[in-house]
Amino acid sequence: MDIGTVVRDSGSTIHAKKSGWRSTQPLIDYKRCTSCGWCWAYCPEPAIRLEGGKYIIDYSFCKGCGICAVECPLHCISMVME
Amino acid sequence: MTSRLGLSGNTAAAYAVRQLDVDVVPVYPITPSTTIMETLAQYAADGRMDAEIITVESEHSAISAAAAASAAGARTFTSTSSQGLLYMHEVLYVTSGLRLPVVMAVANRAISAPINIWNDQSDVFAERDTGWIQIHAESVQDVYDRMVQAYRIAEDSRVRLPVMVNYDGFVLSHAHGPVTIVADEEVAHFARRVASPFRLDPDSPISLGAIVWPDHYFEVKYQAARALEDSRRVIDEVQNDFRGMTGRKYELLRPYMAEDADFLLLAIGSVCGTIKTAARKMRSEGLKVGLIGLDVYRPFPGKELMRLIGGAKAVGVLDKAFLPGSMAGPAYTDVTSALCRYGVNVPVHDFVAGIGGRDIKVEDVQTMYRVLEKAKDNARFDREIHYVGLRR
Repeated sequence: MDIGTVVRDSGSTIHAKKSGWRSTQPLIDYKRCTSCGWCWAYCPEPAIRLEGGKYIIDYSFCKGCGICAVECPLHCISMVME
Repeated sequence: MTSRLGLSGNTAAAYAVRQLDVDVVPVYPITPSTTIMETLAQYAADGRMDAEIITVESEHSAISAAAAASAAGARTFTSTSSQGLLYMHEVLYVTSGLRLPVVMAVANRAISAPINIWNDQSDVFAERDTGWIQIHAESVQDVYDRMVQAYRIAEDSRVRLPVMVNYDGFVLSHAHGPVTIVADEEVAHFARRVASPFRLDPDSPISLGAIVWPDHYFEVKYQAARALEDSRRVIDEVQNDFRGMTGRKYELLRPYMAEDADFLLLAIGSVCGTIKTAARKMRSEGLKVGLIGLDVYRPFPGKELMRLIGGAKAVGVLDKAFLPGSMAGPAYTDVTSALCRYGVNVPVHDFVAGIGGRDIKVEDVQTMYRVLEKAKDNARFDREIHYVGLRR
C-alpha cells in the first residue's frame, strides 16, 4: 500500500460499490417520466445516467438517499423498501 | 568553515531555516516563538532567503498551509508555542497521517487557564500522540543543530514524518548563547533534498487525503506508527553524519555521569543544565548521582534507556507538565511502561516542577536526589508525585 494513502489512478471509486448503504430504493415510473434530467442533476453520487434517451439508476452506486424522489417535479420517483 | 555567533534559540532556529533552503513558511505569531517569524521575514525582505512567507490568520491555518505546501513537494517550515500548538491539534494528526515531512520549531510554554506566557512543557506533551517525531533541545546550540538535522530525518524515504524541534520558551527562545554555525554550503549538502515519493502536481494528478474505509484504515495508521518507531535508526544515522560534519555528538538520550550512578534523574530540555550543576555538587559530597536527558521523546527510546538505567538504585523522572488525574507526569508514564516492558525493577519517583515558568533551582534538584537516596530501599518507596517548589 502506498504511504500517506496516495491514490494514483483516477476513477478508483468505481470499485467502491455503495448499494449496501441502502434500505429503500428509488423506482422511476417511466409512464410519467419526461426525461427532464432533474434527478440526474440532483443525484449527489452520481448514480443516475442517461442511456438511450432514458434516465436510469445504477443500483450499484445508489445509496438510497431519496433526494431524486423529493426533487422530481412530476413526483414520478418513489422510494420502495427493499 | 565554521563561525561562532551569539544567537537566541529563536534566531538560531531561523538561521538554520535560512540555510536549509526552505520553500514555504506559513506562520502565525505567538509568544515566545514570534521572533522566529520576525527573523525569517527579515531574511526574506533582505533577499537572503528565497521562501514564500505566508502570514495566515491562525495556527490552524498555518499548519494546514504547511501540510498543503509539503504535499505539493515544497520544503516547509512553521513555528508556534502553547495555545498555538493546541490550536493546530487536529491538523498535526493530518500531517503525520499523510506522511508530510513538515518541520516545526516549538518554543515550549504553559497553557491557559490561567493565562501564563512562561515556560513549561505542557504544550508539547498535549501533542505527544500526534505521530510527530519530537526532539528536545538543552541549549541554543542544540536548537540550531537539531534544526539542521530535522529535514534529513523527516524527508528520509524510510520515515516521511513531520518533526517537531522543541526548546524551552524564554529560557532558550530568548536567552542568547554561543552557537557554532556550519557554513551555508555544508548545511545545503548535509540536508540535500531527496525526491518525494509523491506530490500534488496538476500535470500528473494524484489524490491525497481521500476517505479510507475500515478495510484499510488500520493498516494505514499502523504504517505511520511503525515508521515512527523505526525512525530511531534514521535519527541515529543522521546524528552520526552530523557528528562527522561538526564533531558534535547527538544521541537519542544524553547521559551525564550516568554510567556508575546510583541515583539517576531523567529530564527534558534546558533544566538538564541545572541538573548537571547539582549533580557535580552532589558528586563532590560523595553521592553518586547522574542524569539522562530525554532528547528524543518520540519515538520514545525505551530500550536504549533500559541499558543506561540498569544499575541504578533509584530513578527520578522530572516532568515540567501535568497529566491531571493520571497519578503521574507524562514522561514518568513512558519511563515506567518501558521499565515494565523490559522487566527492570527499580524504584521510580515522579517529580513535577518548573510549571508556568517557576524556576527549578540547583537546591530543588538536590532535594530530588535526596528523595531518590531515601527511596533506594524499595519498602520506603513513596507513591505520591513530588511537587517540587510548590507552596501549599
